[in-house]
Amino acid sequence: MAKFSVEHLDFYYGPKRTLLDVSMEISEREITALIGPSGCGKSTFLRCLNRMNDTIDGTRVVGKIALEGQDIYAPQVDVADLRRRVGLVFQKPNPFPKSIFENVAFGPRVLGLTRDLNERVEQSLRGAALWDEVKDHLHESALGLSLGQQQRLCIARVLAVEPEVILMDEPCSALDPIATLSIEELMRELKERYTIVIVTHNMQQAARVSDRAGLFWLGELVEFDLTGKLFTRPANEVTESYITGRFG
Amino acid sequence: MAHSLRPAFDRELSKIRDNLLRMGSLVDAAIERSVESLKNRDAAMARQIIQDDAVINDLRFTIEEECLTLIATQQPAAGDLRMVVAAMNIVNDMERMGDHATGIAKTVIRMSDQPLLKPLIDIPRMANLARDMLKRSLDAFIARDAVAARAVAAQDDDIDHLYKAIFDELLAIMAQDPNTIPRGTYLLWCAHNLERIGDRVTNIAERVIFMTTGTMKELNV
Repeated sequence: MAKFSVEHLDFYYGPKRTLLDVSMEISEREITALIGPSGCGKSTFLRCLNRMNDTIDGTRVVGKIALEGQDIYAPQVDVADLRRRVGLVFQKPNPFPKSIFENVAFGPRVLGLTRDLNERVEQSLRGAALWDEVKDHLHESALGLSLGQQQRLCIARVLAVEPEVILMDEPCSALDPIATLSIEELMRELKERYTIVIVTHNMQQAARVSDRAGLFWLGELVEFDLTGKLFTRPANEVTESYITGRFG
Repeated sequence: MAHSLRPAFDRELSKIRDNLLRMGSLVDAAIERSVESLKNRDAAMARQIIQDDAVINDLRFTIEEECLTLIATQQPAAGDLRMVVAAMNIVNDMERMGDHATGIAKTVIRMSDQPLLKPLIDIPRMANLARDMLKRSLDAFIARDAVAARAVAAQDDDIDHLYKAIFDELLAIMAQDPNTIPRGTYLLWCAHNLERIGDRVTNIAERVIFMTTGTMKELNV
């Protein structure tokens, strides 16, 4: 079942069109990876999915993105609620300069979800595979954690507000290979409950972790298919050239 | 040819291709010499074929190792990955073809003190066909030519027909005169080895088609 349906999406930075007629369906409880060279539009596309681009002046969206059939760009949409449902994990771990507990509790507090807060924080940390490492240090600064732990804390922070979709923008680019593998393993666990969309420059990561993968090229989604097929039998010559390191 | 951002990787791929062709020519020579040794009942040549098979076996492991290293270190994808996987399968089939040539050589050693049961006509034909198929299948591999690979596979029918003709003829001879059974059986073994070589070339053709099109399909079933 499609969680997101994207139809004929164009995106403009001022007069410049950076996404061209993108249409795709993002399946529920799957990991969808978006790959492509820098500037191809993949991060822009990702940020359209929870309207993070709204915060940039002079941007404009044409076309339709529906989350479970509801147009997320419709005027009546509560953007804060959309971003709760569709969380974003950034490239660099960005914990608040607060305790581990307060980092996770921050979102629920803002949303008034303070009932059983301890339980909620614990479940979120467990969900992010961090609980066992931090349960005895919950009130110490999050900035004392390793980068890999910080990124898992950021994932716990997203989980704490009960999202449906987790967007990840290069979530492992600041991490060492071991921390990267632990995030990838976590993603596989999370997809049992959440829909995940990841942007990555690392093609092997996309191949390892995703169920479906799409290649963006000059603002267009040139191919979107099952990951196994895309990496072994791509249908498009641009995909073949990109993933094999050859350009025509 | 598209511009490559990975010249070192491309050199590794070329090395695999070159070694695969070298192995192909060694197997081709083994088939040719095995039938030659049969024609002349030349036990010395047959022993040399058996000895030389070790080179083919070693080369198979060398190529496999190169493929494994390339997969582990370079993470080939798409057409490149299919080529490497095809190469790993092709060297396996070629190694077995070398074993079939050795099988003929071993038969020659067993029968070398006895006259041939009948003049060799269809067995050399089978060998020539098999060698031609092998050469063309490897050409198709290099050229990434699925059409040529399909044509190679279709030719296996000719080998099968020759094998059946040899089988029927030898069976008739042996039925008439049971004293001919040992010598008839030796020739049957040789023909059977060539028939299997044809099947192995068909496997190579299947791998070329897979490499080129991404479709895995058994041919000549």
